Amino acid sequence: MNKKNVSQIRKDFPNLHVKVHGKPLVYLDNAATTLKPNVVIDAITNHYKTTTANIHRGVHYLSEKATADFEVTRNKIKALINAKSSAEIIFTRGTTESINLVSNSYGRTFLKKGDEILISEMEHHSNIVPWQMLCQEKGCILRIIPFTDSGELDLNAFTKLLTPKIKFISIVYISNSLGTINPVKTMIARAHQLGIPVLVDAAQAIAHLPIDVQELDCDFLVFSGHKMYGPTGVGVLYGKTELLNKMPPYQGGGDMISSVTFEKTTYNVLPHKFEAGTPNIADVIGLAAAIDYIQKLGWDYIEKHDQELLDYGTKALNKISQLRLIGTAKQKSAVLSFVLPQIHPHDLGTLVDQDGIAIRTGHHCTQPVMKHFGVPATARASFAIYNTKEEIDKLVQSIEKAKKIFK
Amino acid sequence: MTDQNELYQQVILEHNKKPRNFKKLEKPTHMAEGYNPLCGDHLMVYLNLNKDNTIEDVTFEGDGCAISKASASMMTMTLKGKSVDEANKLFEEFHQLVTGNLNPDKDKNILGKLAIFSNVWHFPARVKCASLCWHTMKGALDKKKSISTE
Ligand SMILES: Cc1ncc(COP(=O)(O)O)c(C=O)c1O
Repeated sequence: MNKKNVSQIRKDFPNLHVKVHGKPLVYLDNAATTLKPNVVIDAITNHYKTTTANIHRGVHYLSEKATADFEVTRNKIKALINAKSSAEIIFTRGTTESINLVSNSYGRTFLKKGDEILISEMEHHSNIVPWQMLCQEKGCILRIIPFTDSGELDLNAFTKLLTPKIKFISIVYISNSLGTINPVKTMIARAHQLGIPVLVDAAQAIAHLPIDVQELDCDFLVFSGHKMYGPTGVGVLYGKTELLNKMPPYQGGGDMISSVTFEKTTYNVLPHKFEAGTPNIADVIGLAAAIDYIQKLGWDYIEKHDQELLDYGTKALNKISQLRLIGTAKQKSAVLSFVLPQIHPHDLGTLVDQDGIAIRTGHHCTQPVMKHFGVPATARASFAIYNTKEEIDKLVQSIEKAKKIFK
Repeated sequence: MTDQNELYQQVILEHNKKPRNFKKLEKPTHMAEGYNPLCGDHLMVYLNLNKDNTIEDVTFEGDGCAISKASASMMTMTLKGKSVDEANKLFEEFHQLVTGNLNPDKDKNILGKLAIFSNVWHFPARVKCASLCWHTMKGALDKKKSISTE
């Protein structure tokens, strides 16, 4: 790990420098949400201070400026994930809304009774429930790709499940509770042999590895701004133009129309067809700053740092006697879920919090994963560009301290 | 500053390790299931009431953190032999206690040993851990089958 780099990066994140219970904050809950650098905070404040206006609907200076800034973010996202066109980038509230958009618009239009939808056992609830709701409404059947005890998708099972009955696949790129990086590219290629569209949930992946939607050839890709050092309340749906064009709008309102009479409304072109009403302008503008920040840092640093913390953290936690890591896939991102036989994750969470350490405890919105491993909950430390090995050492010390209390 | 040790007192740790009345009752007159969807804590509370509405036996089973287990364990110890009216009063007082609205040193109460949970309100995320068993017990008395903290 390049020390100078990390300490410089840390200076950019004001929230890292608060004290929690009188101790310096150790923030290890990045899979839930990342902290935000000054440039993002400033971009949002700046918009509210100097360019507040509604977009796509005014000829005055501020409206044109805000519209331009808003569209800059769209172009940056297009570049970040290498979409063919910025019309393929639709702003939503987040991953959850993006998936709901697809299940409502694509799903309700093109799926019918008896069709099968394929997801995996390690999906976030947001990639389970919308499909269950669709199944209930349409009489579709939900099929599940199981994972092995190390937390890798069972590709043999995937092969068996992949029949022409499957009409849609929705899978997570990096699991938020196991850290597994799934071989989505291979899976997409296999699905396309049968003409099945695939949605990739990149909520965790977006800030951890470079994504090229044309290379992956995914049909949809979804993620949230707040897990990539950007603001909450803004997310993205990427979709291939052909698919988005044949999908009906998700919500009706302003901006998504080109003309309205009481007899007939014509819908606007992409991407506006899917962006009804005043969007989250300030946060979309803030997201551009987050993308710049990531790109300035570079994927080399980000991926190397991620793997270094993963290796170091895995070794450090494995030294704690009786600690069991949940999720030990070969291809992994820096997420460490674990359990201790004598301490319930919630008690551990409260105890390490007293040392200023923020970890997540619970089922991480992945109850089927918990069920697979026979645990009600896990503790999870998840890492980002600003975390250090020293912070992992602090976590280990704090866990050892908790073990003494619960001996 | 509130110290973790004030939450994880020896008595609580001890009840967590060796919960009392941690078993199923074969033919309970009242029972309910409690669930905290936020953390996955899950428990069953069983009660046997006799003809004059006295709690003859009360037990629990389930999965949960130290706070929830210790709370359930101490609840069962407290409730044995109490009347339904007393159980309802304890339910109210315990609720006031863990939400910071009852100071056991100042306010009149019948909480007894349960006063040890007086620090829970400093840990808002943990209040439900302590109160799940009480809500479940109350649900059982009121003949509700399943109780959720949400
Ligand atoms: C893998 C994964 N999918 C989906 C989501 C949902 O994201 P959001 O809550 O931002 O909509 C999350 C967030 O925890 C996630 O980790």
